Amino acid sequence: MTKPIISIRNVTKRYPGVVAVDDVSFDIMPNEFFALLGPSGCGKTTLLRMIAGLETSGTGDIIVDGHNMEGVPANTRPVNMVFQSYAVFPHMTVRDNVAYGLKVTGVAPADIAPRVEDALEMVQMSAMADRKPDQLSGGQRQRVALARALVKRPKVLLLDEPLSALDAKLREHMQLELARLQQVIGITFIIVTHDQDEALSMADRIAVMEKGGVRQIAGPEELYEKPHSRFVADFIGKINLIDATVSGVSKAGVTCVANGLGTVIVPHDGAASGSISLAVRPEKLTLSAEAPPPGSGISAKGVIRDVAYYGDVSNVFVTCDDGLELAVNVQNDRAAAGLLENGREAYASWHPSDTLILQE
Amino acid sequence: MARRTSIRGPLDYGKSPWLILFGFVTFIVLYAPIAQLIVFSFNDSKRNIVWRGFTTKYYAKAWNDASLVEAFTNSITIAVMCTVIATIIGTATALWLWRFRFPAKAAVEGIMALPIVIPEICMGVAVLVLYSRVGHWMRGFESGPIYWWNELFSIWPLNLGAITAAHIAFSFPFVAIVVRARLIGFNRELEEASKDLGASEWQTFWNVVLPFMMPGVVAGALLSFTLSLDDFVITFFTAGPETNTFPVKVYSLVRRGVSPDINAASTVLIVITLVATIIAMRMQAPSKSEG
Repeated sequence: MTKPIISIRNVTKRYPGVVAVDDVSFDIMPNEFFALLGPSGCGKTTLLRMIAGLETSGTGDIIVDGHNMEGVPANTRPVNMVFQSYAVFPHMTVRDNVAYGLKVTGVAPADIAPRVEDALEMVQMSAMADRKPDQLSGGQRQRVALARALVKRPKVLLLDEPLSALDAKLREHMQLELARLQQVIGITFIIVTHDQDEALSMADRIAVMEKGGVRQIAGPEELYEKPHSRFVADFIGKINLIDATVSGVSKAGVTCVANGLGTVIVPHDGAASGSISLAVRPEKLTLSAEAPPPGSGISAKGVIRDVAYYGDVSNVFVTCDDGLELAVNVQNDRAAAGLLENGREAYASWHPSDTLILQE
Repeated sequence: MARRTSIRGPLDYGKSPWLILFGFVTFIVLYAPIAQLIVFSFNDSKRNIVWRGFTTKYYAKAWNDASLVEAFTNSITIAVMCTVIATIIGTATALWLWRFRFPAKAAVEGIMALPIVIPEICMGVAVLVLYSRVGHWMRGFESGPIYWWNELFSIWPLNLGAITAAHIAFSFPFVAIVVRARLIGFNRELEEASKDLGASEWQTFWNVVLPFMMPGVVAGALLSFTLSLDDFVITFFTAGPETNTFPVKVYSLVRRGVSPDINAASTVLIVITLVATIIAMRMQAPSKSEG
């Protein structure tokens, strides 16, 4: 088994009155594209800055490539960072910015020039090497920040919300670009983001953080299909959460009484007891005018309250009994035509195996 | 029929005749005395009230007036020494206030700004009282081993030390405030990025923080130079018979009537300040836009 490039062991960071990072432990493998995902204030940036050595006085161990980073200052750690503001030095040209990290660490001048040119080539900024940052667009500045970090040949590249300042089109482009770069260079990338789409589309594995703790670490698909908690289920994509109480567990699954659905049996291969949430993604639901045949799954009768049209799909909100609100994604095909009208009665139904049981 | 009132945009103030007139009057009030001073420095008249023809002889006269030249040299020397030291102290103070958190920081900032707000006359008296105290104390050692100290400080330019010290005291807070204001716009991530890229604390300061501060430092230096050059009140209290500065000298001459050689010397001073200002502004110009 390969050794992890980064091991986070019981890392905790307290600020007066807040625990920014709360006893976090996980490993990141070499060549992994790893994302720290969570809402603002969840501690993801603090954790990244601790890895970079910019945030000190935390407890626990951060081990990079087998070396404990305890007491190692930021300027000697084998990691480099792309800052949220890019932090491109305004008084230096693009080339000088990229060369800076090599100059200050005493790399021989003869070695600096080719390495800088290579790095600029890699991010397609060679043509603008002599420009000053104020002559560059946001996306170009970001490329400079990337080249500046990569030219140092770090073992791990840290990216703090690297795409948040870009417009939507450019962001999408840079997502692909970053994923491509990571594959070409073959080093570990750790990206901090609050954008779940960004994390899902780029990362090999994602750590979802909340209130300083890691709630779940998994690949994008597993995270989406099998979230462990209400928080993760709700944070990654959209999901219907239905309150329920367990009344029995059998081989067939968990029998429970759900709000607005009555008694349902959901396949589940773990323990479940007390109050739980049934979770089902909007795209797993189907909407029909007629009641589905009995025994074909879980269904609820309701009234269409709102239709949000997105071209290819519509997000339909159905109000059912007991105040149960269900979101349904409907493909805008021929079957949907005529059905999607506010105030119309409809049945939302889904297969029991598409239902997740969330205990926490 | 066209509408009588033309609609003026917020930036069309140049179209209002009253505003143009007001601006013109302001300009005249500000610059007419200076223009007159310069023009009359070339006036061929002893009493310098009526224009009697062009001459540059008063420049020669001023140049040959040893006491005037000495006062002038003293002023420039004091201003240069004061600028160098006040800029260093002021910049260091600004960095300190910007960089560190410590108890009673607000109080320290307030006290630091005191020399700016307290009346100059009070400052002058205070400095005089302090210096006479120090002088009294020093005389006690006249026969002792510290006597060489007094000797040393009667040699030029060290004999200007007293005035220079007073000038530094009132001008360094100006430098500190200007540099501090500049530092507020500094993106802390630049500093972190520098360290992340392998630079030491010192390298980061020289390569990243200082270039960013530079316009503020230059502006502060210029401010302290001009403040020192034209200070009268505090200098008046601290100047001795051997250590006259230009403003104090001009004051003593003016009491005997304004002669064109004072105009000439003043014109030279204006030109020097103007050139210094232009150089400083040129230095600031390239770093106009920061990301």
